[in-house]
Amino acid sequence: MLKRTMALLKKDILLELRQMHIIYGILLYIASTVYVLFLSLQDSPSSNTWNSLFWVVQLFVCVNAVAKSFLQESKGRMLYFYSVASPKEFIISKLVFNAILMAVMTSVSLILFYIFLDNPVSDGLKFFGIAMLGGFSLSLVFTLMSAIAAKAQQNSALIAILGFPVILPTLLLILRLSKAAFAEVFREGAVLQLAGLVLLMDILVIALALILFPFLWKE
Amino acid sequence: MRKYWWKILSIILLTYTFLGGFLFDVPRLFILNETIRNLYFHVCMWFGMMILFIVSFIYSLKYLNKPSIKNDIYASNFAATGCFLGVLGYLTGVIWANYTWVTDQQQSLAAILKEPKLIGAAIALLIYGAYFVLRGSFSDNDKKARVSAVYNIFAFAMLFPSIWIIPRMVGSLHPGAPGSESGNPALNYNDIDSRLRLVFYPAIIGWTLVGVWISSLRIRLQLLREKILNN
Repeated sequence: MLKRTMALLKKDILLELRQMHIIYGILLYIASTVYVLFLSLQDSPSSNTWNSLFWVVQLFVCVNAVAKSFLQESKGRMLYFYSVASPKEFIISKLVFNAILMAVMTSVSLILFYIFLDNPVSDGLKFFGIAMLGGFSLSLVFTLMSAIAAKAQQNSALIAILGFPVILPTLLLILRLSKAAFAEVFREGAVLQLAGLVLLMDILVIALALILFPFLWKE
Repeated sequence: MRKYWWKILSIILLTYTFLGGFLFDVPRLFILNETIRNLYFHVCMWFGMMILFIVSFIYSLKYLNKPSIKNDIYASNFAATGCFLGVLGYLTGVIWANYTWVTDQQQSLAAILKEPKLIGAAIALLIYGAYFVLRGSFSDNDKKARVSAVYNIFAFAMLFPSIWIIPRMVGSLHPGAPGSESGNPALNYNDIDSRLRLVFYPAIIGWTLVGVWISSLRIRLQLLREKILNN
């Protein structure tokens, strides 16, 4: 099982590295969004505004990056995967691939935010960790949403409609958590508790994806 | 009689709720005053909504376990009635907040809209809105039923932890919030006055039964429609 999952993952990564069409598209998307923010904000934003802008950009980057993961697979190719792999292997490889993709995108947008919109973060390493955790949670939820939306055909707008209400609670937790990196004083242990909650939500999403995806898989 | 006793029961309970709710003696509290009677309507409608959503969730599980169009019709109609009760609960909450938070406590509208409970309510309604949008985007009935059951289960499983977790972490104006030192986000069981309990519990059952009644009518209608289409 591990071998086949790795093979599927490798195929996704290789395909991406050869074509580079998601990566370049999203990189351009991030760069232009951050540049628009840079031009439209007169002064450098306060730490609260910075934080919310960062996460809103992350949310839309994730929708765009992950959306393609299922929509790009043609019907014939899905049929082929169906014959060589089990649904669990397939969804795990997709989850891992999107998590890697989102980690790359998160680092890029973090760097661009630091360059263009100043740096109000007091604890850089902590914020990096929180951003990675947040990007991971976003990628998990939107992978499954993309799988659902792909069944409804041609509907990439559907991903946003389906995903936003579901991701909202996690996003609120992450927004709250990331304030820890802006020198906001938290109750002792509260940061770990929040991070633990986000991780628990992630585990829940993974478990649900493993249970539910086999039902989406069969045609 | 054996089949429709619960419909009679719901009429009796709701009549009792309205009469008792408006006429019985209630504890007089600062700011709340007579608006405490909203407990019988707002809170109970939300209880009804939660129960209907749980039923819808169970039918979605049943559908995935044993695909039959009947389970799908049950799941979607319970969700629809749940949404209806949710909107009613939202409206009664808005009216209540208008007289307690806006006029008496001078809260701004933005502060009210950021209430964790309102966020939870909005998320719940958005999720079921998305559920119906998803259902609308299929032409194939089997596929529609299967995919929307998957979404229903996923959304429900994500919604409930967040409804339980988030309100407990953030301060709130809502009665029973962490500020008032209770654990439960919606209301505090320990400081409900016994005079309130007298109407409160029957009201929950009454509103839930009326929700089930509405859904059962919708389900019967749709099952008949299916039958006509199949013939």
